[in-house]
Amino acid sequence: MKAVVVLLALAGALALQTTLSGLTINGARMVNLVVVAVVYVALMYGSVTGLMAGTAGGLAQDTLAGGIVGIGGLSKTIIGFLSGVLGAHFIVAQPLPRFVMFVGATIAHEVVFQGVYALVEARGFRLQFTPLLTQALINGIVGLTAFFIVERGPGLVQGRRARRGRY
Amino acid sequence: MLDNIQRTTVARPRTGLLFLAVIVGHVILISSQVQSRAGVPVLEGVTFGVFSRVQQATAGVFRFVGSGWSNYVDLRGVRGENETLRSRVSELEVRLQEQRALALRAERLQAALNLQSAVAVPTLAAEVIAGYVNPGILTVTIDRGSADGVLEDMAVIAPVGVVGRVIGPVAAHAARVQLLVDQHAAAGAVIERSRAGGMVVGRDADPTLRMDLVSYLADVKIGDLVVTSGADGIYPRGFTIGWVETADRGEGLYKSITVKPSVDFRSLEEVLVVLRPARKAIPEESGEPPSGPAR
Repeated sequence: MKAVVVLLALAGALALQTTLSGLTINGARMVNLVVVAVVYVALMYGSVTGLMAGTAGGLAQDTLAGGIVGIGGLSKTIIGFLSGVLGAHFIVAQPLPRFVMFVGATIAHEVVFQGVYALVEARGFRLQFTPLLTQALINGIVGLTAFFIVERGPGLVQGRRARRGRY
Repeated sequence: MLDNIQRTTVARPRTGLLFLAVIVGHVILISSQVQSRAGVPVLEGVTFGVFSRVQQATAGVFRFVGSGWSNYVDLRGVRGENETLRSRVSELEVRLQEQRALALRAERLQAALNLQSAVAVPTLAAEVIAGYVNPGILTVTIDRGSADGVLEDMAVIAPVGVVGRVIGPVAAHAARVQLLVDQHAAAGAVIERSRAGGMVVGRDADPTLRMDLVSYLADVKIGDLVVTSGADGIYPRGFTIGWVETADRGEGLYKSITVKPSVDFRSLEEVLVVLRPARKAIPEESGEPPSGPAR
């Protein structure tokens, strides 16, 4: 069951990333749904599942995007594992700590991703702060929304049904 | 209780070992591609082949939902009117939307067809079905693949200029296109007015293109048209890349030139694939061979 949920989350994130980006460069750079899915899975299921999800999601993204296969996998494996470890050591059941986790993971992912690319291509380390912070904030909001929908969504739907039933 | 404690203490080193093993695996995978740049063709081929179908389906679903949503929004606007008039108006509005969409699509296809008949090279019209899967790498997916004659390294153009090139592996009914504005892409180029040669490369800034390897003695002015030179063996000669936006004396023997692309990469929908296999890059007139588009 857990494997199915993780696979669905990753496949959904990949499909949405390519479709909802609206085929625009700026739109695509504003959010990285695979990072959101990996961190979400890591916080929900722990470091090992986060690690596996990071590997699978990162490799899938690498093979689909056409860059060097493994760089996205490596960076997402690291953030998946670390998010799971931090999620197990700290209380991340409230929106603010979760938001911080998503934002921190996005920044860490970009640093590792660009760092490894810089090493492989023997070029300078480039990090654009404004787009990165924008992406981190949007990833944080998307992650919180995902938690909200999964945790509160069924209750809200049941409540609405119950209210309708009374009338 | 004791069992649980023992399990936890055993599990932690195992998790650490698993993490290390996966990291080492990734490093080996990356290292294997650094020299050859061949990628992992089987893995890429299988993943892309399977996922391109998912992308096609998702794009279809989103188009359907998007059109349904816009129709719904339109219907809400006329809800206040009486029942008969409302249904009539909404029906007409839906039809109008459909006709407008069809007209716009026909206009775009007409432009593509005009280009198709104007260019000497054989081309194939294709639709963009998916956007950028990875924010760091600018590639899009088109709905034509090896079954339609699309091969790796074929050029992709739009009515207004060069879009990019097909990067492999190509699936049966889908292909990945590396956009020219991607920071790992490049094309042989010349300034049309002065015929000063160089290489246009993508960059992660605005404007999104840079022209390298242009001698500081070359005659380059702001607003000059930049076209493909054909020297890279991928892009046919003479296609528009963009216009010079800034031209300064750069470091060493070269100018520092930025180019504004003629193609609006924010709204790519229909493109043309140049059905001419890439040939080996030819040397420029200066005798210096270009480094080729794949960086």
